[in-house]
Formats: sequence, structure tokens, C-alpha cells
Amino acid sequence: MIKASRFIIFLLLFADIILLGYVLIGNSNIQVLNPQGLIAEKQRDVIVATVLTMSAVAIPVVILIFFFAWKYREGNLNAKYSPDWTQNKKTEFLWWIIPGFIVFILAIITWKSTHELDPYKPIESNNKPITIQVIALRWKWLFIYPQQNIATVNFIQFPVDTPVNFELTAEAPMSSFWIPQLGGQIYAMTGMGTKLHLIANKTGEFAGTSAEINGEGFSEMIFTAMASSQVDFENWVQKTKEFSKTLDLAEYNNLVKPSKNNPVAFYASPEKDLYNKIIMKYMAPQTKGSEEKMSAMQGMEH
Amino acid sequence: MIEFIFGRLTLSALPHEWFTIGGAVSIIIGGLGVAILLTKLKRWKWLWKEWLTSTDPKKIGIMYIIVASLMLFRGSLDAIMIWIQQALSVGSSHGYLSPDHFQQIFTAHGNIMVFFVTMGFLFGLINLIVPLQIGSRDLAFPFLNTLGFWLYVAGVILINLFFVLGGEFAATGWLAQTPLSELEFSPGVGVDYWIWSLQISGLGTLIGGINFIVTILKMRAPGMTLMKMPMFTWTSLLSMLLVISVFPILTVTIALLFLDRSLGMHFFTTDFGGNAMMYTNLIWMWGHPEVYILILPAFGIYSEIVATFSQKKLAGYTSLVFAAIGITLLALVVWLHHFFTMGAGANVNAFFGIMTMVIAIPTGMQLFNWLLTMYKGRIRFFTPMYWFLGFVSTFTFGGMAGVLMASPPADFQLHNSLFLVAHFHTMIIGGALFGIFAGFTYWFPKIMGFRLNERLGRYAFWSWIIGFFVSFVPLYILGLMGATRRLDHYTNTSWQPLFIISVVGFCIITCGVVFQILQIIVSIKQRKQNLDKTGDPWNGRTLEWSTPSPVPFYNFAVIPQITSGDAFWEMKRNKKPKEKIKYEDIHLPKNTAMGIYISVFVFLMGFAFVWHIYWLALLGIIGAIACVIIRTFDEDTEYVLTAAEVEKIEERGKTHA
Amino acid sequence: MHKEVADDKNLFGFWIYLMTDLIMFAVLFATYAVLRNNTFGAITIAKIFNPPFVLTETLILLTSSFTCGIGLLYARLRNKNMTIVFFALTFLLGAVFLAMEFFEFSHLISEGNRPDRSAFLSSFFTLVGTHGLHITAGLFWIGILLIQIIRRDITGANLRKLMLLSLFWHFLDVVWIFIFTIVYLFGGIL
Repeated sequence: MIKASRFIIFLLLFADIILLGYVLIGNSNIQVLNPQGLIAEKQRDVIVATVLTMSAVAIPVVILIFFFAWKYREGNLNAKYSPDWTQNKKTEFLWWIIPGFIVFILAIITWKSTHELDPYKPIESNNKPITIQVIALRWKWLFIYPQQNIATVNFIQFPVDTPVNFELTAEAPMSSFWIPQLGGQIYAMTGMGTKLHLIANKTGEFAGTSAEINGEGFSEMIFTAMASSQVDFENWVQKTKEFSKTLDLAEYNNLVKPSKNNPVAFYASPEKDLYNKIIMKYMAPQTKGSEEKMSAMQGMEH
Repeated sequence: MIEFIFGRLTLSALPHEWFTIGGAVSIIIGGLGVAILLTKLKRWKWLWKEWLTSTDPKKIGIMYIIVASLMLFRGSLDAIMIWIQQALSVGSSHGYLSPDHFQQIFTAHGNIMVFFVTMGFLFGLINLIVPLQIGSRDLAFPFLNTLGFWLYVAGVILINLFFVLGGEFAATGWLAQTPLSELEFSPGVGVDYWIWSLQISGLGTLIGGINFIVTILKMRAPGMTLMKMPMFTWTSLLSMLLVISVFPILTVTIALLFLDRSLGMHFFTTDFGGNAMMYTNLIWMWGHPEVYILILPAFGIYSEIVATFSQKKLAGYTSLVFAAIGITLLALVVWLHHFFTMGAGANVNAFFGIMTMVIAIPTGMQLFNWLLTMYKGRIRFFTPMYWFLGFVSTFTFGGMAGVLMASPPADFQLHNSLFLVAHFHTMIIGGALFGIFAGFTYWFPKIMGFRLNERLGRYAFWSWIIGFFVSFVPLYILGLMGATRRLDHYTNTSWQPLFIISVVGFCIITCGVVFQILQIIVSIKQRKQNLDKTGDPWNGRTLEWSTPSPVPFYNFAVIPQITSGDAFWEMKRNKKPKEKIKYEDIHLPKNTAMGIYISVFVFLMGFAFVWHIYWLALLGIIGAIACVIIRTFDEDTEYVLTAAEVEKIEERGKTHA
Repeated sequence: MHKEVADDKNLFGFWIYLMTDLIMFAVLFATYAVLRNNTFGAITIAKIFNPPFVLTETLILLTSSFTCGIGLLYARLRNKNMTIVFFALTFLLGAVFLAMEFFEFSHLISEGNRPDRSAFLSSFFTLVGTHGLHITAGLFWIGILLIQIIRRDITGANLRKLMLLSLFWHFLDVVWIFIFTIVYLFGGIL
């Protein structure tokens, strides 16, 4: 009833996919597999290790299923037919053990890597980390550099080989902060602070997006993350300070209004403690923003 | 006054954009066409008496499948609109859809495919087959079965209603994530349509779940112990157990969202102390088990098919049962893997990640048992077997992608990307939908009395499987390239070729659908050649094949005694000398239109809440309650088919065959 | 035999329904637990809690559960009059409970503590109000059964329905005990 050619087609199809994958991994457009920073690199390693571990069992099983389907086809009278054959308890047990063993290995990888790559965990480095506060707005990213006392929209620059500590919140629906070549996502949420630690080990411009839908302008909520030399970074900060308007509350309230397709913008001396003020706005009634509540909020961050 | 009568529904809400006008016109023309046809053929009364008010699970099952097929058409239209937009909208070009419209389309696509297509097909198949497999004449609560079906239909109508009566659909993604779905960010009626469509059909699902659990646990033929039940019945039971455990969560969650939106409460709002993350948790506590509700019955179908077409006993029945139980339990404790990126901390993330991976153990184990079922079998390659092999090839790597994403560090890079989109399409198309197609082909002769055309079935299969790979492999790659889901526009031109390949894949899938429609038409035309006279076209193993095809409305003239698993296979083997059959009176439920009436009132209530028409909402609530009360006063709900009548029908059937 | 099977099915089905209802309440309790302290400057549970008032409510509901049980005993004995008396009493007690709850709510609202005032109040009103809605449904049910009993006497079908009703009523009692403990007592003490 079934021609062997059909199965050959099937196997070819399968081989094609593997080949396709192989060709594409070498392609530098595949950002997740071509990391430019330590975190993304380790995340890629987790992806590769996990896939290889699973494949060790999954691929032989699939091939075996197709082989059996072919071997025990009705037309093949050479194959033995025993309609009542079932396995004994021992082999039945074995089929639990094999995937169980694979999952055990995966669990170890997962437990270790999850702790190692916890986005809240600071990156060890000889260079002093820089802090960038991220505020997701509709539909743009506002970045505040508290140490440098500048702010930007839809663009960040930071020195290469220096850990960047992102602190994130939002005054918009839930958004997800993602720079694929530097490492994975974290949500930015209203009334909440989250943290993300990334590092770039090569200079260059990396694409960043909001991965979580947050309204009409969601697709255009993209930004550029630029890793440059320390000198370039300092020059850039200096220039921004000199040539930009200040980010006071009035200017910020303008930014909060929904707008699509926002161009890159630079600001000097942002409103003091703006990031915490934005979080606090949603934590308690505006009139009672006391110090005590602030510390309560810090405790909730993790 | 006008505001009192029409609430927020105004003339300006009526269809005025090309897609809503198009939708409205096609729905109206389609409806008129059907109405004219029915009037011409004088079939209104027949439709009402024989079908719409029927309490026969087989007829309800068929109606489920018809509605689900219509919704598959609607959902596919959404899909192609999404795909074409994404293939066009790069760089300076912005495609042909506005962002808002695009977002409404993919939201509707997700909801329709999950709630109204896959769930509809599954409830259809379970209605058709489970009573037959357990040797029962009916469900435990026939009235609740029609009610559940009509509530599902009310949900279907409500989700499509904005085409005709105006407004918009939610633009929030299929789970209406807060705070985006709150009034502050989504002031339109779209989210309200979403809420009430899901709420009403969800209620129908919940009722169905209770009904099937009681049916399976209380109405099995004598002698059929739990461990002698067919696998499809087992997995349906487990799926329904998941339904009753998680659909209440959905009901409450979207009711709370509704309270937020209508009464200004603060469960999930950004301010006044609301907690949007709580919504994320609650919705996924339902949402994750939901995918297992879809996939578990499909696993059961594959188990039936592999055993039947290998003409061999299932290897490791006990293991398969425990695997299914394990999947059911684990499904309830893994929801957090949908938002590792919320920053829950390494211990919590790792725990949920590992729990998710543990699901791979029972799932993988199933593959081994199917493998060994084929071993030393004599495999006959009919279309259902093709779908099974298609399932193995797609599901395995879809499952691997799933395990990969269960690892939090990997998930940080894959979450919300097209990789994720490709993963769950692999699971739902390659797993659930292929299973539904396999089951449909497999059981078709039992219900209709003739087999489906094999050749066209195979063409459909090849188009689907090739089209599937061509359209979804590019999405996996796009995800790794950093493309997020739900993009109505992107700037990276290197993504475009892959999006275009994906559209080509969709066209191949469309060919598959065309072949399936042709298959049904051709099979009906040539039904004389493919008649199933024995009732057992595939050399089946389970009880449903012991009945004649098509099954008489009372299912079994005599309830069989069960002594082993694979009951029918054993019966065929130990052919007993023919005894004189002793028929008995059969109690059957009467038809009732009350399910329809209640659903109409509930529908009116949902519609009224969407548009804040409070008098109508009140009318709907009072009407529905009144109908329920009237029903409780009605004690004359059954009729008796006497033994003599049964004998007459049975004898007539024999002379025909 | 046919009827017994139907009994069995109905009872089992009703138990499953009660389980789903229990899950709904569990979710509402969970939301309450999460939002309990999110008062956003508005009233707290400690200020809402009026021990004698809530205790009276509780006692009334417990008594109604008791009368419901007695009524069912009489129904089993096919004593029509006593069944009507005790279920009417249950109805009355349930109605008083509901009226007290209504009073509590309207009092809160009249003082500006509306459910849209804070997340805590939203969850408080929703949790307690959902229980109240169930009580209302139960009252309707008692009323209908009373009519059926008066018109048709205690038939097998009516007795079955009374059994399910009393299950439902005891279930609501249990849920109330949880509300009493978790919402009011813990709120008053902690």
C-alpha cells in the first residue's frame, strides 16, 4: 500500500530542515545565535546545550518510528506479525527512565544556568558598572543616566566591556525590554521596579525592542543600543550635557502622552529622582509619598 | 432616552471600514443564502426538530464540527491577513492594515482558533465517540449538553458580531493582558466583546466538562473498569478534569476584568492598588492547562489509531494511562513559565522551568509506546496513519522547542519572539489539529456510514505537512533573528524574505484545505462505492466499531458486557454462538429547545453588557433564569422506545446490510 | 433502577459543580489575599470589621443551615407540613442574613467607601458580594421548591432537589466560615 519513495520524501524533508538550520546558524543576521556580550553568549550556550541533549534521544526515536512504520507495513510479509505482543514491565519501565534521565540532565543545566543568568545578578567585572534607568512610555523608551545626569529617548550609549545595570519601570502597559545581541528580556511594569544586568563585549550598534504588545505604537517602539569605547562614551555624555534641553517635569509630562514613531532625543539634567517618583505615583496616593513608603517599595522590587 | 435604549451603541459604531463592511456583507449574504435554501427545500421544521433542538450527542457532535469548520475558515482568513501584512510592511512600506486593525486581527485569530475551532472540534469528536466507546446510549445530562453547545454558539456569534453590529474587537493579544486591556488603555468595546464571548462560551465548556466527567465515570457498560477504557475515553476524561479545574479560574478572572472596566474597580489597574501581575498569573493558571485540554484528547486519538492500523494491541496501555494522568497533574503547576521575564527570581523560575521539563517525560514515554505498538504489527496505511506520522515529525521538534523555552535563560531570549509563535503553532497544528483530522477521517464512516476518499485525503495531508514546514520553519528562524511577535511593521529588511516564504507555506496549506473540502464533496457523491456495511471498516478494537454504521440514534440495542480492554477485538476473536437477542425498553431524552432559549437570553445579556444597555442586560438575566425555572418544573423529559420498536429497527437494519 | 442511576448521576454531577464553585471562591480569596493591604489610603479591613454585627450574621447563617438539615429530615419522612415550615424558616434566616449584608454594604458606600475607591475595597466587595449572590440564588431555589412541594407534595423528584439544595446551602455556610475567618477575623486581629 505504501511506497518506499514516500518515506524517502519524508526523510529528505527532515534533512532539508536540518541543513537549513545549519546554513542559517552561520548567518550573522541570526542575532540570538551571534551574541555580542557575555550574557547573550551564555544564553546561547544554554540554548545549544539544551537542544543537543534533547536531540540525543528525540531524533533516534523519530527515525525509529519511521523505520518501524516502513518495516511493519502490511505489504511486507517478511516482517513478523504478532498481534498480542506487548512489553513486559521491565521494558515499560525503561521508557520512563530514558526521558527521565534526559530531563534530569536538563534540570541540572537549568538550575545552574538560571541562577547564574538571573537578570537581577550583577555582572562581575573590573570596570565600574554604569546604571541606566529605563522607563517604558507609550510608545518610546526613556533612559535616564543618574550618574551622568543625562537622559535620552530611544537611544542608549555605554562603554564596551562595562557592566550596565538597567533598572526598569513603566508608565504604560506592560512592556518587555529586549536587546537580542546582548541578552534576554525583562518586563517593565507600572508601579514596579525590575532589574536587568547586561554587558557588551564588542563595540557596535545593537537593535533593541519592546517584545510585549503595549498598544497601537508597539511595533515602532524600537531603540538602538550603542557600545563604544570609554572615551567616546565620555565625549558623548559631555556633548549631551552641553547641547540638550533639560528634562523637567513639564517636559516629562509631554513625553508621557502617547505618540508613535518617536525620534531619538537627548536631555540634560533630568528631574531629580524622576525614576522613583514614577514608581511611587502608582504605589500610594500622591499626597502621601513619604520616605517610609519608599523603603517599602525597595523591598518589593525582587 | 436614546442612550437608555441603545446604551453606547450609536450609528457611528456601525460598520464603516472596508473589513467590517466586507464582513457584514458576506455574513448577511451567507445567512440569506442559507435561509432561502431552507425555505425552498421546506426544511425549516426539519432543521428545528431534527437538529437544533436535538439532545442526541451524535447530532450535537456534528453541529459542533460544522460550527468549528466555519470558524476555521474565519480564523484562516485572519491568518492570511496577518501574514500578508507582515510580508509587505517593511522599511518605508507600511502594508495595507493600520496597526490597530492588525492587532484586532491577530487577537481574534488566536481566540477563534483556540476557543472556537480546536475546542469546538474536540467537543464534537468527544460527543460523537465517547458514549459509543463506553457502551452508553447517551450522556449523563442530555439537556446540559445542548445548553453547553448553544452557549458555545452564542460565544461564536458574539465574537463575530462587531462585523454586523459595529464596534471593534480587542487589540490586546489573545489573553487581553492587563493593564493594556483596562479601560485606561483600551477604552473601546473591543475588550468587552472579548470578555463576553469568552465568558459565555467558557460557561458552555464548563457545563460540558461536568457532563462528560459524570458520563464517563457513571455510565460505562457493565464490566468496563477504568483500566479497560479506551485511550481516547481516558484522555477525554482527563481533559475534562482539567476543564473543571481551570475554567472556573478563567470565569472569575475575566469577570474581575469586567468589574474593573464597568464599575471602575481596581483588581488589575495600574493605580489605586490594583495588581496587573495578578492577572498574568491567573490567566495563565487557566491558559497553560488550556493547551493540555486541547492536546490530551489528540494523544488519545493517536493511541487508538496506532493500535488499530497496526492491528495490534497497544504496547504499554498502563504506562500510557499514567502518562496522561501525569501530564494532567503537571499541567496545573507550570503556568509561571509563560512569564519568566517578569523577574520572579532564580529559584522560582528554575522550579517552574524544571517542572515544565518534567512534562517531557510522560510525553516522550508515549512516543516509545507508540513505537512499540507498531513493532511486530501489520501496519495499514490509511489517511489517519499519515496524520499520525505527520504528528510525530512536527510534534517532536515542536516539543523540543517547548522544553528549550522551559529553560529560563533560554526563554529570556526566545520569549515573545516569533520562535515562540512557531512553537505553539507546531503544538496546536501538528499536535491537536492533526489529531482532529486523523480522528475525523477515522470515525467518519461510523457516523456517516461511508468512508472518506483516500486519495484526496492523502493529497490534503501532503499539502498540510509540507505547507506547515514551509510556513513555520521561517518563523523559528525569524525568532532567533530577534523578530518579536505581533509586529505590524519592522525595519530590518533581512527579515522580509523569510516572511514571504512563510506566506508561500500558507498557500500550500490552503491547497490542503481545498483538498479536504473536495474530499468531503467527492466522498458524498461516491458514497455508494465506499459504504461501510459491516460497521467495522478498519478492523477496529474498541466498542464503537461493534455498532452498525451509521449508528442508530439509541447507539446500542443491547448494552454489551465488557470483559477486557479492546472490547470489540476480543468479541470478534471469541465469537460466541449466536443467541437470541433479548431487546429491552430504552429510555431516551426528548428534544428540547430550552437550551436555545437560555442561550439567546445569555447572549442578549452579553451583548447588552458590551454596549452598556442595562435594561436589555436585565431582560437577558431574568429571561435566562426564568427559562431555567421553567425547565425545573418540567418532569416529562424522557420517552420510551419499546423493545418491539427496537427490534423492528434492528431487523430492518440487518436486511439492508 | 433507572431512577436510582439518575439520582446517583445528579448527586455526583452536583458535587462536581460545587467543586468548580469552590475553585471560583478560591480564586476570589486569592485576589483578596493579594490586594488586602492595597488600601491606597482608603478604609482598611480592621475599620470595617464590626465584631457583634458579623458574629450575628454568622450565627444566623449557621442556624439556617441547621433548620435546612431538619427540614430535609422531615422531607425524608414525607412530612409535608414540617418540611414547609423548616424550609420557610431557612428562607427567612437567609433573607435576614442577606438584608444584613446589604445594610453593611450600603453603609460602607454611603460613607464613600465604594468598591472603586481602592483595590482592597474592590476585592472585599467582590468576595463577600459573590457569596451574597449565591445566597440570593439559594433563596430563589428554596422559594421554587416550596412552591413545588406545596403544589405537588413531596415527590421523589422534589426530595432529590431538596437534597441538592441542602448540599448547596451547607456549602455556602462553609464558604461563609472561610470569609468570616479569613476576611473578618484575621482582618480584625492582624
